[in-house]
Amino acid sequence: MALRPFEEIVVEHGRVVMRVCRALLGPADAEDAWAETFLAAMKAYPGLRPDSNVRGWLVTIAHRKAIDQIRAINRAPRPASELPDIPSKEGLAAEDRHELRAALDGLPFKARHAVIYHYLGGLPYAEVGSLLETSEAAARRSAADGIAKLRTTYSKGSSR
Amino acid sequence: MNATTNAGDQQVIDDLSALFPANDDDTDADLHDLLAERADAASLLDVAYRTIDSPIGRLLLAATPEGLVRIAFELEDHCAVLARLADEISPRILRSPGRLDAAAAQLEEYFAGRRRQFDLPIDLQLAHGFRRTVLGHMREIAYGTTASYTAIASAAGRPAAVRAAGSACATNPLPVIVPCHRVVCSDGSIGQYLAGTEVKQALLDMEAAA
Repeated sequence: MALRPFEEIVVEHGRVVMRVCRALLGPADAEDAWAETFLAAMKAYPGLRPDSNVRGWLVTIAHRKAIDQIRAINRAPRPASELPDIPSKEGLAAEDRHELRAALDGLPFKARHAVIYHYLGGLPYAEVGSLLETSEAAARRSAADGIAKLRTTYSKGSSR
Repeated sequence: MNATTNAGDQQVIDDLSALFPANDDDTDADLHDLLAERADAASLLDVAYRTIDSPIGRLLLAATPEGLVRIAFELEDHCAVLARLADEISPRILRSPGRLDAAAAQLEEYFAGRRRQFDLPIDLQLAHGFRRTVLGHMREIAYGTTASYTAIASAAGRPAAVRAAGSACATNPLPVIVPCHRVVCSDGSIGQYLAGTEVKQALLDMEAAA
């Protein structure tokens, strides 16, 4: 089985990878991380097994790129104040967005990444686990802990 | 999501999704351009492609760093053509109009009757052996003129290989630019064309009138 043209990979998975990059990094770094992720993927692509899980592979690359980027600039993810002020269609108010972003950024490493990869990247827990070098069950627990923590720090979550 | 997810969890999950909405089309396009630019600079863009509209339908243009490698008619199914390029050349393929600006401009001039010769680097790696030799000779047939399959076979050094000259035309990876439409039967009939004989006739008529 031959590999599909890389263009199809970009079109199919570009948006999910961008959501993950936005969640891992601030908006200023997300575009760069997205481009570097797909560039690294394109470089390695001819060696990819055609039956691979492409989304999981891309999110893994994005994960490494984001970690590299955070290490390189030696700082925590951008503070919530740097969220772009685009009104979201789903009608999340500005204060809720800032609060939720801050709550997400404040999660412990594994919980934060498990939440991002499972709920925004759409990866099953088995893959989240291998990405975070832990088991499927532990990844599931990390994501649950993350959501629980968000409910306590994000007022709209705790109000229900 | 498992059954134990309750309403409060769901609220948080929904709001997280809303916090990172999917890109709009403009953002997609900007990101795609950024990637194509970096891929080209890193010598990773093995095949760049774009489509153009023409009087003979939508054409797919594809180029390697060496030059134009493929022109495909709409009826060839552009998706299928790209899949074959991924297999035969490299899967590192992106839609990237930049590398094809010159080809697109020259084709537009050609179809407007304002260009008689193409001045473009071409990459004939998709043609092999005798067929490739035939394509080389086909490029010498001047605008507005025709040559017979027999004459082309002779020019390529194998006068008896008329059928093989015909298949070189039929499998020409760069129609229009390598003018297989100018190759006709020695009895004066127009012969075949991948995009249909009416397209071949239209190109010959256009060249005769310009």
